[in-house]
Amino acid sequence: METITQINSFLAALVLLTAFGMLSQKRISSLIHLFTWQGLFLSINTAIVGYVAGRHHLYISSILTLSLKVILLPYILHVLIARLKHRKDVETVVNIPTTMLIGIVLVIFSYHLTAPVRELSTFITRSTLAIALATVMIGLLMMITRRHAVTQIIGFLAMENGLFFAATSTTYGMPLVVELGVALDVLIAAFIFGMFFFQIHTTFDSLDVDQMARLKEES
Amino acid sequence: MVAGFIIELLQITLVIGLAPIFAGWVKMLKCWSQGRSSPSILQPYRNLLKLFSKDIILAENASWIFRFMPYLVFGTGAMVSAIIPILSTDLPLSLTADVIVLVALFATARFFTALAGMDIGTAFGGMGSSREMMIASIAEPAMLMAIFTVSLSCGSTSLARIVETIYSPASVIKPSLVFAFIAFVLITLAETGRVPVDNPATHLELTMVHEAMILEYSGRHLALIEWAGMMKLFLYISLGVALFAPMGIAVYATPAGISLAFIYLLLKLGFSGIVIVLIETGFAKMRLFRLTEFLGAAFLMATLGMLSFFMLE
Amino acid sequence: MQNSAVLLILLGTPLFAAAVLAFVGDRRFAPEVNITGSAATFVAGIGLALEVYEQGSMLAGENFFFVDAFNVYLAVLTSFVSMTTAIFSRPYMRREREHGRVGHWGMRFYHAMFQLFIFAMLLCLLTNNIGVLWIAMELATLSTVLLVSLYRTPTAIEAAWKYFILCGVGIAQALFGTVLLYFAAERVLGEGGQALLWTNLSLVSDKLEPTILSLAFVFLMVGYGTKVGLVPLHNWLPDAHSEGPTPISAVLSGLLLNIALYALVRCKVLVDGATHSHHAGNIMMGFGIISILVAAFSLLRQKDIKRMFSYSSIEHMGIATFAFGLGGPVATFGALLHMLVHSLAKSAIFFTVGHASQMHRTQEMDRIKGLFKGNPLVGWGLMFGAMAIVGMPPFGVFTSEFLILTATMKSAPLMTPFLLLGLGVAFAAIFRKVQAMVSGEIPDYQKPLKAAHVPVMLHMAIVLAIGIYLPDFLSKWFITAAELIK
Repeated sequence: METITQINSFLAALVLLTAFGMLSQKRISSLIHLFTWQGLFLSINTAIVGYVAGRHHLYISSILTLSLKVILLPYILHVLIARLKHRKDVETVVNIPTTMLIGIVLVIFSYHLTAPVRELSTFITRSTLAIALATVMIGLLMMITRRHAVTQIIGFLAMENGLFFAATSTTYGMPLVVELGVALDVLIAAFIFGMFFFQIHTTFDSLDVDQMARLKEES
Repeated sequence: MVAGFIIELLQITLVIGLAPIFAGWVKMLKCWSQGRSSPSILQPYRNLLKLFSKDIILAENASWIFRFMPYLVFGTGAMVSAIIPILSTDLPLSLTADVIVLVALFATARFFTALAGMDIGTAFGGMGSSREMMIASIAEPAMLMAIFTVSLSCGSTSLARIVETIYSPASVIKPSLVFAFIAFVLITLAETGRVPVDNPATHLELTMVHEAMILEYSGRHLALIEWAGMMKLFLYISLGVALFAPMGIAVYATPAGISLAFIYLLLKLGFSGIVIVLIETGFAKMRLFRLTEFLGAAFLMATLGMLSFFMLE
Repeated sequence: MQNSAVLLILLGTPLFAAAVLAFVGDRRFAPEVNITGSAATFVAGIGLALEVYEQGSMLAGENFFFVDAFNVYLAVLTSFVSMTTAIFSRPYMRREREHGRVGHWGMRFYHAMFQLFIFAMLLCLLTNNIGVLWIAMELATLSTVLLVSLYRTPTAIEAAWKYFILCGVGIAQALFGTVLLYFAAERVLGEGGQALLWTNLSLVSDKLEPTILSLAFVFLMVGYGTKVGLVPLHNWLPDAHSEGPTPISAVLSGLLLNIALYALVRCKVLVDGATHSHHAGNIMMGFGIISILVAAFSLLRQKDIKRMFSYSSIEHMGIATFAFGLGGPVATFGALLHMLVHSLAKSAIFFTVGHASQMHRTQEMDRIKGLFKGNPLVGWGLMFGAMAIVGMPPFGVFTSEFLILTATMKSAPLMTPFLLLGLGVAFAAIFRKVQAMVSGEIPDYQKPLKAAHVPVMLHMAIVLAIGIYLPDFLSKWFITAAELIK
């Protein structure tokens, strides 16, 4: 059990590390790679938790994560980037060191926010909930600070990862119906943002979200 | 106790003696990796010898700081050698000087180097000093953060205790230590002036940091500074090795244990040299203004290490 | 057994219609298929309502579905408005097609997604599982995102992107809240799908851990609150509601906001049960009153007609949220009634607004003029709609707002001036602008147009009727529902 907790917290640390990696990364292809790694860590973690806790439906979630977030979504993103011939660095609104500091503050914030859960839970995975929430928050931060459609989507998917992680660590996963439904929603969302990239690209001739500022409040 | 002091002395001589050879080893590997024929591994010694035999040329307006700095830097290097458990953890000095003292010693050396850089009043010296201080202002907090993480995780700030805790069979790989290790590697690159941060082999005014500060030195002074620089690299590597890969370090100072520790040390240093060269060939020198990001990453890693200690352990 | 049959028809019809319409595509009879599907859904909704009216709350499909007075009335409302919207969209979309704003694939997409959207909303209402509730909510968002960008203009794409991203972020917070809720429930109910069933949760709500539920509610509030369009999470709403095709604006403003509020209220019931305090209610009241005030003042400076009415939706959702937060039988009754009448009045307004902007080929209010003379139905429809939405008697909105005001004066008198201020400003803003649009001479660029009479008149008639006389069955129903979510 001790070793398993070790492995679990280790994977949690790696997930957090990839989250920060994404926050610091400017190149989109590296971002996608980091996202892939994050998905892989999650998938492994889910399988291990499933094995230890004897929750076999977690195996299904693990395979689902593997196929969706490690194989399918990164593949789609890579293809889209190649098709849209996008290789530039991404501009950030706030400079990267500052973003990192905000990220650290968010981690501390999540740690405090999840304190009641940690006290009540008896699961071996309870201490990773703070990291899961931090991953969600960092995904959110990424969406706010990046002005590029693809990075915003990666931030969105990273948030999804964090939520999935939270479900695994607090409750050994949501019921299977819900997990499947969420996966389906992510899949549909992937389809939609794929369409969007093309729409935005053809309309604005760029994937820079800053171009989209026509709908300002006129005063 | 007596054995302990003998070990201390042994370590100091070892560092002073081996540092140029280690620098030569790194130089050699680097030449090989670039497909050049390399100078002998003893070349740094010859350079030092050459410098020692030359006269010192002092600027007219050089103050005592300028003349004092080489000895101070060399001296702090020697003192630090007595604190880090390079061969054995049975070090009497480690009771009085913990890891924070170590950081402070390095900081003192850096402070006087920067002062001496400005002392003559040339443009290059001042520029080098200001750049050095910019790096230091982030690197030092990051270093302290990494060290605090390790100390928290091991429950002591004494280097000998930390090494013993990590070395004990009960210890496991902890996330916090991994983060601290990554941070430490980044800081080592910055502090010892290796490639992504500074290039020890160049005197290009746009990029040089450390070299700019010591541009006015010559003869014996320069030899001491260069020697101290090699010692600094050696010490950082052996500190990293002691903290994160302490296999082989003797807990009790027996002759057999010490010899074994020495063999382990040589192997680990040889390997670290390879790693350094791999990093140096793998990365390009960064623009000066991107250094904040590099060091920021180091600081972040150290902070994450500390946070994951609280959150996960 | 028969229960689940009606339910199955209610949920199955839109799903089936979506599939059929995906094949029918842009054929001439596609709008008729759309109308038929929606009408069948409405009939099934009425059937379900009758059953619930006779037998009370019921569970179906192995406890997967749960119908009580609260959600069945919203289900009927949803199916009704979707039917009238389908009727309205027949001539409207045909004209948009002629104007070349929508292509062949656009029409196919529009019809199929419209039905899928209805399905998602109904699933949201009828499911008993709060996890599935979340999924259906996300599905409803996703199915409308590409409808908002249907015209492919830069502004439409921008609006849709904002909608997608902001609602995605918001809804993710709600999922986190749901995870926390499940965590608390699991400790009482044990593991598995049973612990996410609302009926089970509401039975044991006082045993749930209060600290966890308070924390969960914050996330749920932010999450579903984004979808309700509460200030300061409302940024996407005016854009998304104004840039899409008008029928979509009508259902988004009229229905989807209600559904999100429904989800929020369902969660609030659980939290209240656990914390035994007014914690959740206070948060809702805070969000509500800020929404009312910010939206009312934003109304003043709008130039785009659809944007203006989108802000009005924020204001009205703020009123309903505030009233639910206030709690108590009168306020809750008012809130339920308000959801109903706002839905009807707002969709009717969007119908007339759609016609008006088609006549002038613009959404700018400065260029819309002379509606009374140009097309009396559109002119008077807009006028009456505006009168209804600002809460003038004898329309139904007046009744609900009056109830809410009374309840506020009684239980939270300090809030009354703010509420009145918001209502007053909104009244002035909307009335001034609508006045200018309906009166005056016909401008030379105005094109005549044959409007869809039925939906507008039907909606306005119901709103008026409710204002004049609230039928017994309806008030009894609301009282039952208010009792349920007390």
